[in-house]
Amino acid sequence: MSYEKDGEKYYIVDAHSHFWDASRENWKPGREEYAKGWIDCFYGYHQLAPPETHWDYEKYLKVTPEDFEQDMFVEGYVDKVIFQSTYLYDWYTEGFNTVDKNGGLKDLLPKYADRIIVNGRFDPREGDAGLKQLEEDAKKWNLKGVKVYTAEWYKDSRGWRLDSPEAYRFLEKCQELGIKNIHAHKGPTIWPLDKDAFSPVDIDAAATDHQDLNFIVEHAAIPRIEDFCFMAVQEPNVYAGLSVVLGGLMHARPKFFAKVMGELLFWVGEDKLTFGSDYNIWTPKWQVEGFVDWQMPDDEAFTDYAKLTTATKKKILGLNAAKLYDIEVPAEFAVDTTAGETGAPGHELVDDTAGAGSQA
Amino acid sequence: MIRDAVWRALDTVYDPELDEPITDLDFVQSCTVSPEGVATVRLRLPTFFCAPNFSFLMVADAYDAVSAVPGVTRADVTLADHHASAEINGGVAAQAGFVQTFAGSDQGEAVAELDELRLEFFRKAALAGQDRVARPLVDAGAGPDELAAMNLGEVPPSDDLSRMRQRREALGLPHGDDAPLLIDANGNRIPSAQVPLHLRRARLQRVGIEANGEYCKGLLAARYPAAAH
Repeated sequence: MSYEKDGEKYYIVDAHSHFWDASRENWKPGREEYAKGWIDCFYGYHQLAPPETHWDYEKYLKVTPEDFEQDMFVEGYVDKVIFQSTYLYDWYTEGFNTVDKNGGLKDLLPKYADRIIVNGRFDPREGDAGLKQLEEDAKKWNLKGVKVYTAEWYKDSRGWRLDSPEAYRFLEKCQELGIKNIHAHKGPTIWPLDKDAFSPVDIDAAATDHQDLNFIVEHAAIPRIEDFCFMAVQEPNVYAGLSVVLGGLMHARPKFFAKVMGELLFWVGEDKLTFGSDYNIWTPKWQVEGFVDWQMPDDEAFTDYAKLTTATKKKILGLNAAKLYDIEVPAEFAVDTTAGETGAPGHELVDDTAGAGSQA
Repeated sequence: MIRDAVWRALDTVYDPELDEPITDLDFVQSCTVSPEGVATVRLRLPTFFCAPNFSFLMVADAYDAVSAVPGVTRADVTLADHHASAEINGGVAAQAGFVQTFAGSDQGEAVAELDELRLEFFRKAALAGQDRVARPLVDAGAGPDELAAMNLGEVPPSDDLSRMRQRREALGLPHGDDAPLLIDANGNRIPSAQVPLHLRRARLQRVGIEANGEYCKGLLAARYPAAAH
């Protein structure tokens, strides 16, 4: 598949995708208001895409495997798609998009089985049973990554931290199982919370203490992008997942898209940003085409921000994620990236000494 | 007449996360005052699942602001179309705190009031404010030495300056005419050598807050199409 424009070839890894079931049949009896509220909220995000890409509500609730094939592989330029799961059994009888549901597409679309990468999940509060499940999932799906939701409530717990001893047991298990990519959802959460549940600060120590794991903070921790950037600049193994950044801003709020991208490129760097369409919130086609065509505006307000090169775009759209997931990329697409390598953290920015240098 | 005063009172209610008035954000769905002085205000938010803590603060602040308007005999302030509407509306009407509001709720219970949360977002707003106030000076040619030495009394008056002073005052940070323009989180003056990086951080903070606002406006317009400007 892949994408070609103006003689340049882009290898596309969609590093954040779903195959969900929000159909009415799957709304848990007694919890319909929440099941509907959840998908309606997503449908709001869907409206931030170009109008010609909008689906009607019924299709949005549940797409078919054939729709997925069309949107992802036929029209969407995607070479490899990485599934991130979301359980939500509280509202959806069969779950919203579980590991097994996402992975089931390998059987439903056998032609594309080797282009589908299934990520697992864990929740340290599930203890030994959770560890066992993770082992089983790792074996079944040959896991290279997991998705975690730190803000989720579980029994009496109001969320958990990635830098806790309980979480470290699971991170160590990941190391043992060859799972090296930890995708952390840092974003909107739904329950009454006493403090700011969006904060990504727990990634800091977890990343320092597990240098051989990569921590991909999904949605660049929007709505706490500043906390994320202040932290990520210190940690060589912290990445930003761009799903929702592209989908939610590139078309609907282009000036803010430019500012957010400018900040991410400065603080996090082009080797540590990964593209994700966040399907089925949005389709990849318009995001890939739009991003390849996109450039930092020339206006005065953006002069401090770096322009993007073709290499920058190639890395973000696929090559960075390919490195993290050991995906072999044909030579015709390749550009060097430091993704997945140990690098020196930006201490000069952390210690406030960069200002001194920039004055010289 | 009283309705205008009620609206002006709502202008003083800010989304704590976005640091913008709820009136500018189009969060006020309706606002009426009966001949008997009963003010009925209905608020709305961009999604069904907007964080209940921030949502609660806005409804409670609106209740306080509207109740204080002379001539208003009773304030009826409610939040529409939200997963915790019932709890929040009941709690605010009963003038209960956040903890009491969610006591026994099947949404889950809260364990602390929201004062610290509010302060955390004042801190963010105070940092973003330094970009808003200093950026025009930078554009006009002010360099690091000049900016590092500058006090608030030397800065041309603006709404952004007034707002930054208010946020600093709430945090107990220097905010008078002799206060430094650029300060760290503890209120210390930023040395000249660190000005460029400090301004980068302030700008990042501002971009973060404003980008959140853009998402919210986009989602609100999608949810309530008539609200699209």
